[in-house]
Amino acid sequence: MLPDMGLCVNDNEETTMKISEVPQDKIKTMQGEKKVLYAIDDQGNYTRATTSGWEAEEIVLTQIIDDFDQKARAAALRVRNNETSPIECFMYRKWMDPLTLAQVMGLYRWQVKRHFKPGVFKKLDDKTLNEYARIFGVSVDALKNFPKEG
Amino acid sequence: MADLRPLEHRQYAHCESGVVTTLLKHQGLDLSEPMVFGIAGGLTFAYIPFIRITNMPVISYRMFPGSIIKGAAKNLAVEFKTRRYRDKEEALAELTRLVDGGQVVGLQTSVYWLSYFPPEMRFQFNAHNLIVYGREGEEFLVSDPVFEHAVRIRAEDLQNARFARGTLAPKGFMYYPIRVNSSVDMREAIRKSIKRTVHMMLRTPFPFIGIKGIHYLGKKIERLDASKDPRTVRLFLGHIFRMQEEIGTGGGGFRFMYAAFLQEAGQLLGSPALAEASQMMTEAGDMWRRFALACARACKSKTVDFDVGEIAKLLRKCAAQEKLVYSHLKSASL
Repeated sequence: MLPDMGLCVNDNEETTMKISEVPQDKIKTMQGEKKVLYAIDDQGNYTRATTSGWEAEEIVLTQIIDDFDQKARAAALRVRNNETSPIECFMYRKWMDPLTLAQVMGLYRWQVKRHFKPGVFKKLDDKTLNEYARIFGVSVDALKNFPKEG
Repeated sequence: MADLRPLEHRQYAHCESGVVTTLLKHQGLDLSEPMVFGIAGGLTFAYIPFIRITNMPVISYRMFPGSIIKGAAKNLAVEFKTRRYRDKEEALAELTRLVDGGQVVGLQTSVYWLSYFPPEMRFQFNAHNLIVYGREGEEFLVSDPVFEHAVRIRAEDLQNARFARGTLAPKGFMYYPIRVNSSVDMREAIRKSIKRTVHMMLRTPFPFIGIKGIHYLGKKIERLDASKDPRTVRLFLGHIFRMQEEIGTGGGGFRFMYAAFLQEAGQLLGSPALAEASQMMTEAGDMWRRFALACARACKSKTVDFDVGEIAKLLRKCAAQEKLVYSHLKSASL
């Protein structure tokens, strides 16, 4: 379903970035913050203006985050079935994919993927575990002892 | 000598141009953000499929991180002290020493570690710029130009942010102007920078840059097969949108900022051609907004009722309009 999204740009009509047309959709991903942008005043002069966000921006961001959340939930199930390691689940929770996680860990993607194997994960050395824990912002304990339910 | 005046926090549209504008103002060179962005040659378009950030191709509407600093140094004759570090502890010690001595410095950081950002925005993006202007105990005082108010960050978080790995890794990059030239010939700086931007947008030999790059992305969109893998197509269109929305300006952010620059430059040089180019660029910005909206709509759509051909058409309109702007600028005698 595509309800009228109320996104405030008319497709056909002339639009110009006037101050009155700056989106003020108070999107929740900005948490009440405002952003600055440049728009045209009544005299046709560019000036600094603020926006509380554009609905379109929230839609896109929410969609991307939902995608990661779904992957994280699916990974959590597989951790409990001993099909993958907690690293995969935390990776999605922190909105990363194997390539990005490999880059921030300073590893190759195949190494990170190997660490997804429960058997390999159990034998990981402390240094690597500590680094994963630092990146994910959790303790090594939380990484090792993935909750049985959740 | 470090300047001991307190830093005046001000919010800007974009992190790097905002940081440079604030730093220059603090040193006594008072320019608007669009002026700094334009003169430093901040505008571009690039679609580079083989460089990836968060596993998506680089799509950029502005020059690579660091180029506004370099551009300001070159075109405004500002002397910057810049440094990258191998040793984290050394970087922290030097930062502490400098800010305790009253120096205001710019840093390149990873958004992922910046605790004062809303959680929804903390992705792995390594090229966020901010200013550190003081310290209180274990906390650094931060003027982040995309925030309304000054903020604070714990030293540990800042260390992580400065030494994040991955694409565009900051490696502790720190910079501050040590000398500004208040008698810089603005007219000459404007002329030169516009010429260079026009040349890049129209004549770069690589297919991923400038007008060619926009068409290149158009071709990529046309070839997306939404019926086969709708999820990937939506994520890709969402990615294009997010890169465009990097500064949250309703879809055409950097184009409007450049239009603002052209307008201000036109007044300074008394050039009607620049004023016209500004209006044309505003129209280009509006077209980018429409394109962004189409991407967002496709992103939201639960079915595959969107037409990638139509979306690509909107993008090609942006390319055509921008080509007009640059051709107009090229033929203008500035």
